[in-house]
Amino acid sequence: MDLNLSEGHRALQAEIREFARAHGDKSPKLGGGRKRPDQKTLDWQKRLVEHGFTARTIPRAYGGFGAAPDVMASAVIATEFARANLYAGLTNQGISMLVPTLLEVGTEEQKRSYIGPTIRGDLIWCQGYSEPGNGSDLANAQTKGELRDGHWVVNGQKIWTSSAHYADMMFLLCRTDPEKPKHEGLSYLLLSMKSPGLETRPLKTMTGRSEFNEVFFTDVKIPETQIVLGRGKGWHVANVTLKHERLMIGDATKMTSRLEQLIRLLQTSEIDGVKLMSIPEYRDRLLRLQGEVIAWKAHNLRLLTEAAQGIDSGVKRMIVKYGGTMLGFRLSSLAVDALGATGLPYESLGEDAEDDEATTWNIDYMYDVGLMIGGGSNNIQKNIIGERGLDLPREPKVRTAAAIGRG
Amino acid sequence: MEFGLTLEQRQFDDSLRALLRDHLPMDRLRAIAEPGGGYDEQLWRALTELGLHGLLVPEQFGGAGLGILDAAVAAEALGNTAAPVPFTGPLVMATLALLHSASGALQDEYLPMIAGGEVRFAVGFTGQSGQTGTATVNLQDGRLSGRVEAVMDAGAATHALIYLADGHAAVAAIDQPGVTTTLHRSVDRTRPTADLTFDDAKAERLDAANAPVATAQFVLDAGRVMLAADTLGAAQHMLDAAVAFAKERVQFDRVIGSFQGVKYMLADCVTVLEPCRAMVWYAAHAQDAIPDEARLTACHAKAHLGEVARDVARITTEAHGGMGFTDLLGLHYWFKRIGFNRQMLGAPERCRREAAQLQGWTPED
Repeated sequence: MDLNLSEGHRALQAEIREFARAHGDKSPKLGGGRKRPDQKTLDWQKRLVEHGFTARTIPRAYGGFGAAPDVMASAVIATEFARANLYAGLTNQGISMLVPTLLEVGTEEQKRSYIGPTIRGDLIWCQGYSEPGNGSDLANAQTKGELRDGHWVVNGQKIWTSSAHYADMMFLLCRTDPEKPKHEGLSYLLLSMKSPGLETRPLKTMTGRSEFNEVFFTDVKIPETQIVLGRGKGWHVANVTLKHERLMIGDATKMTSRLEQLIRLLQTSEIDGVKLMSIPEYRDRLLRLQGEVIAWKAHNLRLLTEAAQGIDSGVKRMIVKYGGTMLGFRLSSLAVDALGATGLPYESLGEDAEDDEATTWNIDYMYDVGLMIGGGSNNIQKNIIGERGLDLPREPKVRTAAAIGRG
Repeated sequence: MEFGLTLEQRQFDDSLRALLRDHLPMDRLRAIAEPGGGYDEQLWRALTELGLHGLLVPEQFGGAGLGILDAAVAAEALGNTAAPVPFTGPLVMATLALLHSASGALQDEYLPMIAGGEVRFAVGFTGQSGQTGTATVNLQDGRLSGRVEAVMDAGAATHALIYLADGHAAVAAIDQPGVTTTLHRSVDRTRPTADLTFDDAKAERLDAANAPVATAQFVLDAGRVMLAADTLGAAQHMLDAAVAFAKERVQFDRVIGSFQGVKYMLADCVTVLEPCRAMVWYAAHAQDAIPDEARLTACHAKAHLGEVARDVARITTEAHGGMGFTDLLGLHYWFKRIGFNRQMLGAPERCRREAAQLQGWTPED
């Protein structure tokens, strides 16, 4: 165990603290679900990339900061941003999922075209995975892609596509070889959301906003080269992506900064002139959560160390999405309770403005439930943990009429 | 920076676990545990030879001079095998108390004997630990009087090391007319509790600590981290046993681990328990190397493990069905061990309250 900050890390810490002093007032607010980044956020993001506080290990050739992977540097950055209550950078699906996927399996051309604008926040991606009939059973995707005259011609429908209404691009999982077994007939394509034949219909959620969409494809043409890794490799690529999504959703930095916000909230909210922090029932809930967050942070350090050493963390990694969404919800639940009756007025201003504190926490509180469902629902996570992590046998397959009909 | 155990730590862990497995097959564990004295001479000697006793004792006194993280790794292994052996009191808290508060002469006298397995200190607190029960002890002119209830790890104790209200500690031999030790078989048969009564007993004050209150807290926190680690090991054993059982037990023509109802119970357990390992390591390391976080992480580790392991103990017993409730499998030794650890040296509620006080969150105090 060596958690000492080296001279370099102490310098990084000092640099971030100086940055926070000089520029902290320019930080966008935290929380509040997903939105297209506004100018303030884009400017902030650009600053963070320049300093290497985000996209730190993305090679310079692709627009990143080009630092070597360094577990402790990531931890220092996360801690310092959480402590200063500063926005730690965009964490959308393009940045957290597509970029690492392209770095792992993309072509040089794809890396050069897409990574830079994506990490700067100029290029927003959405994920074309779920379909009306195939949510948790992702490998059963039925949206069709046929190769005709140098183009993939796509027909079908996707659903729960978050950010599609403002995204520029989509990474799409579609069936290009229907005659092959289900996991081998999929391909992973990259397409513009402005493609003719593509229609996006926002899907209003319980937050009152439209974080998700239905996306319809009618003879949408995508150049043949816009495929990642190759025909029939879609399932493999999708799993590379999902691995990153699950880690993103269980992010320890988010837990840390939420806890810091909660502490401030309990120190300021009052009932009959008494601060909630002085009311043992509220305070003990906060302390229980603090214990959980400490465990989560330590677990995250362990995972980062193992990742840096090239060790497959196995079940330790598989629990991150399930455990993280549950912890996130417990944190936002206490926030909603701490705001109490005066936190009930709820006016989401939509995507172009910052919401007030109570609305933001309420959006997080509801959005957290969405996170339990999306990205491989938590019950799917429990299957993965049980079957791949603990090596328990799979649920026997039931041969339904529909399954038999499909052969 | 590297978050994890070193090769040496993993190797020591492996050899300790191998020794404990050899010495504690279920029938042997039962035989040692049932009298409830929490001690077995043969196991004690074997552990001394392995070097467990001298783990924290500096090399000049015949020990290995290692840290609290090393001791936590050992505590996890002991909990994992429900080892009926005193550890946290005599080998961790007593060693640290002597190291940080005893005069050179007393260190010369006792530390080599700790490393050699020749003395066993029962360590008690008066007030600091936040346990239920009475604890009032006074030391005057080298004479100790009073009573401390529910002291852990007092099985086969040769000495008592009692923290006084002022944060200083006193050391007294158990084998003298003024000391009465009442050993209770506890719900956890692998470890008893003891009530110690002192009536004008001869005792020596440990007065070399510059900041006695802080030193007492440091010793207490190290004990709490050990209990958290012991709980982690015990809960891990229960989870491993439940997973193995779920792969073998057949009902409705299927192994029960294939039912999502059972699978999800076990997935829930691993999801809450696995981060606890990193937490225990972190808290232990903080005692060694991060003074600013030492108190907070010890309080939280003790509290959090107590809460998580209660759920794991219950769920994994349930996953065993009727067999889990019977005496046949012996799973209950671990269930009870987790329960014992929860109440000792400050239960979760108390530890969280201390965590709040540390952060200035209790303005009403």
